[in-house]
Amino acid sequence: MATRALLSSKTLARVVRANAASHSRGLHAYTLPDLDYDYGALEPAISGEIMQLHHQKHHQTYITNYNKALEQLQNAVSKADSPAVVKLQSAIKFNGGGHINHSIFWKNLAPVREGGGEPPKGSLGWAIDTHFGSFEALIQKVNAEGAALQGSGWVWLGLDKDLNRLVVETTANQDPLVTKGPNLVPLLGIDVWEHAYYLQYKNVRPDYLKNIWKVINWKYASEVYEKESS
Amino acid sequence: MASLGLQSGFNLLIKEGPKVNAKFELKPPPYPLNALEPVMSEQTLEFHWGKHHRTYVENLKKQVVGTELDGKSLEEIIVASYNKGDTLPAFNNAAQACMLVWNHDFFWECMKPGGGGKPSGELLELIERDFGSFEKFLAEFKAAAATQFGSGWAWLAYRASKFDVENAANPPSPDDDNKLVIIKSPNAVNPLVWGGYYPLLTIDVWEHAYYLDFQVLILRHGNRRPDYISVFMDKLVSWDAVSSKLEEAKALIAQTLSLKFYKSELSFPLDVAPIYSGGAACDEAGLECHVDA
Ligand SMILES: [Fe+2]
Ligand SMILES: [Fe+2]
Repeated sequence: MATRALLSSKTLARVVRANAASHSRGLHAYTLPDLDYDYGALEPAISGEIMQLHHQKHHQTYITNYNKALEQLQNAVSKADSPAVVKLQSAIKFNGGGHINHSIFWKNLAPVREGGGEPPKGSLGWAIDTHFGSFEALIQKVNAEGAALQGSGWVWLGLDKDLNRLVVETTANQDPLVTKGPNLVPLLGIDVWEHAYYLQYKNVRPDYLKNIWKVINWKYASEVYEKESS
Repeated sequence: MASLGLQSGFNLLIKEGPKVNAKFELKPPPYPLNALEPVMSEQTLEFHWGKHHRTYVENLKKQVVGTELDGKSLEEIIVASYNKGDTLPAFNNAAQACMLVWNHDFFWECMKPGGGGKPSGELLELIERDFGSFEKFLAEFKAAAATQFGSGWAWLAYRASKFDVENAANPPSPDDDNKLVIIKSPNAVNPLVWGGYYPLLTIDVWEHAYYLDFQVLILRHGNRRPDYISVFMDKLVSWDAVSSKLEEAKALIAQTLSLKFYKSELSFPLDVAPIYSGGAACDEAGLECHVDA
């Protein structure tokens, strides 16, 4: 009986190892998404230098470290090394969050000649008026919360799918919006890390927030809203 | 031993008496703004001190002047308003602004032209005792500064948490007391809020601290925070300043000890032993406490 149990657990371990190996071969590696516009196309609201650095260097670093952390996670899981699995959570949240957030951010921006800055129409426009009073009131609220955010983070316009209402939220560091509630879908995220504006706006974050509205892609936010709202 | 307590307790109370508002002024670094060139540029100091630090002082004034916190020292405001780590913005704004001012005052003092090198004397002995070697300390400090997710600070501090302050956020394990520790803190947070921590050295790892000086390298290679941290430790850190912070910490610990003894004598019946027991904590720490001076 004991021998049989030992044998079968050995066989099981072999199967688990084989599965883990095939999994690690198939582990998805994330890559830097292309922008739909040139680095300089958002000037003068955001300089080409900032866009290039932000996309090519900062976003790439989150992706590199996210892939690294996922690989380590895979190893830890295959070895059933629970402390290692738990220890990796903060790196996954930070770097995975950085990848998620920046991927949304690039979609949220568009050059003026491609409709950047044009206020939302249709159902999102109506929803903004309903929940915030007016488009201008929403901008004021986002700017105020973004300026008041301590340290590094993001300010969001999100949809609460449960209540079917719009919300303005902030998240710290690279926490994605979903960390503020499982029902929250990001429509618009503004990066208020210093790297997002320092080379151009220095310490004056409110000016960066004031100007970024000139290149916000409301078409993208509207599409997400229409898809996700009931 | 019997002579300590009452006398020093009163001294400390007198020291904490009425204060003027001079501390809410923007304090300049102890060197000209171009003195750290070429390692840290005048432009960085013009923005970091002249704009960021100035804004923090303005915010602090707005939060504090005319309130019950007015007239208190920066340290007192930090501990009083931090509220055990509760991050309710309404209550926390004063603490945030105050910590940012305190941290930057402290940060400027931690650097000097032609800094870097190695500490000496008692500071070096404690570093070797608590980290194994100066090199191990350096590696650990750099790693802490590099891995602080987002904006924040890395610290070398002396932890003597047996003498915890009221209103502290995270009383640490007593097993690890009375030694040098490396810690990191997010955004504005200062180790004073944890109680029993005496900051000796800090590095600001907000992006604004290094972005202007490293922008060319950042454009070429991406994030340069590790380079900034290395340059700070190699060429800017003032070990003299850190040593004198250690002296100040020793004096404060001695004062706290005697105040604690004084309080415990007042609040416990005579047959209950006071918390302080014969300077053992100081001896463990390798610090001279001079409690009964
Ligand atoms: Fe960013
Ligand atoms: Fe700073």
